[in-house]
Amino acid sequence: MTASGAEAALFWVLAPLMVLAALGLLFARKAVHAAVCVMFVMVGLAILYVAQEAPFLGVVQVVVYTGAVMMLFLFVLMLVGVDAADSLTETIKGQRWVGVLLGLGLAVVLLGVIAQASFPPAVGLAEANAVTNPVALARVLLGDYVLAMEVVGVLLVTAALAGLVLTHRRRLSVRPTQRVLAAARVAGIEQGRTLTPLPAPGVYAQNNAMDTPALGPDGAPLPHSVPRVLRIRGQERSATAVLAEEETLVPRDDLRLIGVGPAPGTAVEQAGDPVATGTAGATPSGGTDGTDEDGEVR
Amino acid sequence: MEITNYLGLAAILFAIGATTVLLRRNAIVVFMGVELMLNATNLAFVTFARIHGDVTGQVLAFFVMVVAAAEVVVGLAIIITIFRSRRSASVDDVNLLQS
Repeated sequence: MTASGAEAALFWVLAPLMVLAALGLLFARKAVHAAVCVMFVMVGLAILYVAQEAPFLGVVQVVVYTGAVMMLFLFVLMLVGVDAADSLTETIKGQRWVGVLLGLGLAVVLLGVIAQASFPPAVGLAEANAVTNPVALARVLLGDYVLAMEVVGVLLVTAALAGLVLTHRRRLSVRPTQRVLAAARVAGIEQGRTLTPLPAPGVYAQNNAMDTPALGPDGAPLPHSVPRVLRIRGQERSATAVLAEEETLVPRDDLRLIGVGPAPGTAVEQAGDPVATGTAGATPSGGTDGTDEDGEVR
Repeated sequence: MEITNYLGLAAILFAIGATTVLLRRNAIVVFMGVELMLNATNLAFVTFARIHGDVTGQVLAFFVMVVAAAEVVVGLAIIITIFRSRRSASVDDVNLLQS
């Protein structure tokens, strides 16, 4: 029996793509790319199952393989570290060529056997699937193979238990309670730790970024308001540099021409407020507001 | 198109999966090669079920899927355990039994 024209077209479109994706598993440097390639192959197989009169298996293939198994693979990849690079040094000499040779040999042997074997004329599943495919499957599964199905159930439970036991980690120290944590935090005050949350980074007229420290009530910058990572990397900006930058600003002429910006000299009246000078959040918004052409700021 | 073309596709996928197992070092990728081989046999099972007009082949493919799911759970748990103790997912680093 030969397949219909539509099925042949489906096969010849899908099969080369699936082989390419499978080769992607073999050659992809990153494990995530390999996982995506395998997913493509599995979805292609599901389509081929449906084309081969096995719609139930096609659905199960999508649900179990692409839905559960490959997601599990991706989870483990994330856990292990996505960028864990594959080492390319050969630990066994000539392993690569022997492996390629064995793989090619296996392909040639299998294809040769298939080409040599004489198959009986294909019957097709139209008769067996007369009661719909899932019902026909269920009759065989729960009739002839009922014992095997029970054993497989036991196997699944055992596997779930094994997964739990293997990934279980015993706690080596006592779990700290909330009371213990609170006491430790209070005891840390003497070493200069704070009870309250750390202050947020500074907000200035021209600058609102994580890397600029806020100013304290006394006008001194608070270094611990910048995230620790930025401080360790040395990417912190100093508040005085930001303020000095703002002092060099001049009003934009175009804004003044259309009457949006303040006329020169009017800004002086807003300046001289001593409270606004030191605090970070209280600076007037809009860059042209606080400056005038003399460079006299706020 | 002959139906046996599906068997040829299954053979090619099986050979690629076997080559992956032989060549790759990352334990997770090796494991995916095993999964590819199991999938290739499933395709052969489904094709033979169609050739013989008997759904028993599909039932066997179903069993293969279930066993593969159980195998994935245990295998990935083992990989995680090894990674925790050795900080590596490479199959080359697991050589404690080597003299």
